[in-house]
Amino acid sequence: MDINSLRILTTVLSFIVFIGIMVWVWQRRNTSDFKDAANLPFKDE
Amino acid sequence: MQDLNVSSNTYSDGVIRQFSIMAVIWGVVGMLMGVIIAAQLVWPELNLGLPWTSFGRLRPLHTNAVIFAFGGCTLFATSYYVVQRTCQTKLFMPKLATFTFWAWQLVIVSAAISLPLGFTQGKEYAELEWPIDLLIAVTWVCYAIVFFGTIGTRKVKHIYVANWFFGAFIITVALLHIVNSAAMPAGLMKSYSAYAGVQDAMVQWWYGHNAVGFFLTAGFLGIMYYFVPKQAGRPVYSYSLSIVHFWALIFTYMWAGPHHLHYTALPDWTQSLGMVFSLVLLAPSWGGMINGIMTMSGAWHKLRTDPILRFLIVSLSFYGMSTFEGPMMAIKTVNSLSHYTDWTVGHVHSGALGWVGLVSMGAIYYMIPRLFGQKQMYSIKAIELHFWLATIGIVLYIAALWISGVMEGLMWRAINADGTLTYTFVESVKAKTPYYITRMVGGLLYLSGMSIMLWNVIKTATSGKAATVSIPAAAAHA
Repeated sequence: MDINSLRILTTVLSFIVFIGIMVWVWQRRNTSDFKDAANLPFKDE
Repeated sequence: MQDLNVSSNTYSDGVIRQFSIMAVIWGVVGMLMGVIIAAQLVWPELNLGLPWTSFGRLRPLHTNAVIFAFGGCTLFATSYYVVQRTCQTKLFMPKLATFTFWAWQLVIVSAAISLPLGFTQGKEYAELEWPIDLLIAVTWVCYAIVFFGTIGTRKVKHIYVANWFFGAFIITVALLHIVNSAAMPAGLMKSYSAYAGVQDAMVQWWYGHNAVGFFLTAGFLGIMYYFVPKQAGRPVYSYSLSIVHFWALIFTYMWAGPHHLHYTALPDWTQSLGMVFSLVLLAPSWGGMINGIMTMSGAWHKLRTDPILRFLIVSLSFYGMSTFEGPMMAIKTVNSLSHYTDWTVGHVHSGALGWVGLVSMGAIYYMIPRLFGQKQMYSIKAIELHFWLATIGIVLYIAALWISGVMEGLMWRAINADGTLTYTFVESVKAKTPYYITRMVGGLLYLSGMSIMLWNVIKTATSGKAATVSIPAAAAHA
């Protein structure tokens, strides 16, 4: 494969992964997990 | 200062005590160097006519001391503190952690000796010669083993966001350091870079900007995501936003380096790419800043009474300010005015003194009493005084350099009707004198605040004793 095609592919894939992360983060079913995670610093009190 | 009876259910805090105390000491030393070279810019005779005390040698000493000694020790201390407490386990290989302390101090002392002697690779923020570079690489690998080993042996399921930032900082700095320091030794303290010409410049600024992005930003964002919620007594505003913040920062920072090389031999498209990614960076930077500041929502009144919280929150304001200014200065047309002027120096210091400095001080003020079995710092009034000295110092510093930077930029580009330059270079130097004095006064205020902190820390440490903190039994549902 041409090196430039590889570069384009990497950039596009990275972008898709990032969009995927955003979709995953703002899914409703994850909210309670994130709430627990946000409270981790307070677990030792 | 090692814990005497380290049992399996107490945190490994000895190494954190060592790093925290040294962070404050190196902070005073590094900032003193800064004030000295600021004074040399007003009164050049202060170099005493000696090679060892000339500006060109003391300036890298200042930057290395504040970034790698003060900032570095702070990052070691806070990351070891946070990773244990959010993973509810002690450090992985505590002896290796102690090794990272002594090795890092050896790096700092080697820098303090070799830089005034004139040994340098001539790369900004990567001046240290190859034997010291090797020691840094070894230390850093050990740091990574301790940090990621602790995460690997965690007692909770989730890896808290602060650890993601610390982890990214550790991995990226290893990568940057090893690639940029690649060199061919030509003697014990002399080497030649593995790269040449514009490639060398690009590798250097890929390193340089990501040192800002990962050493001075990602690491300190890790501090922010733990200590702001702890000091404010409430969880971070949006955990979802913190995840997006992290990945957005990771995906964009790597590309911003070319903005240091606008209008040079670097290909034009590379410069434009660097400019665009720098502009994109505004989004994750402000997302993170808003996330930190909004953590205060509903608890704003605490700012009135809690000077430590004020350090942390004002640091975020300066973070927001300098991450707005940075992308703006990366725009080519703005850069054509700002580059090579004091505006750049002012911008760096708004980030360094305002963001990195204040957030570090806030975190150290949080940790010190807890590490020495005290309820609070020896003097709260002294923290208050430190806060105001530091803040006023920063404002004087950056305002002075904005004015002098824009002024000299305009003087350099001013052209008479016949096409000749309106001002000679030395006229622009002469015009900067009052601003250089103001900058020095600002730095002096900042240094005096840091000295008060050192006194306060020593008082707190000596009136307490090394505390052993037990690890809570891991939460059942973890």
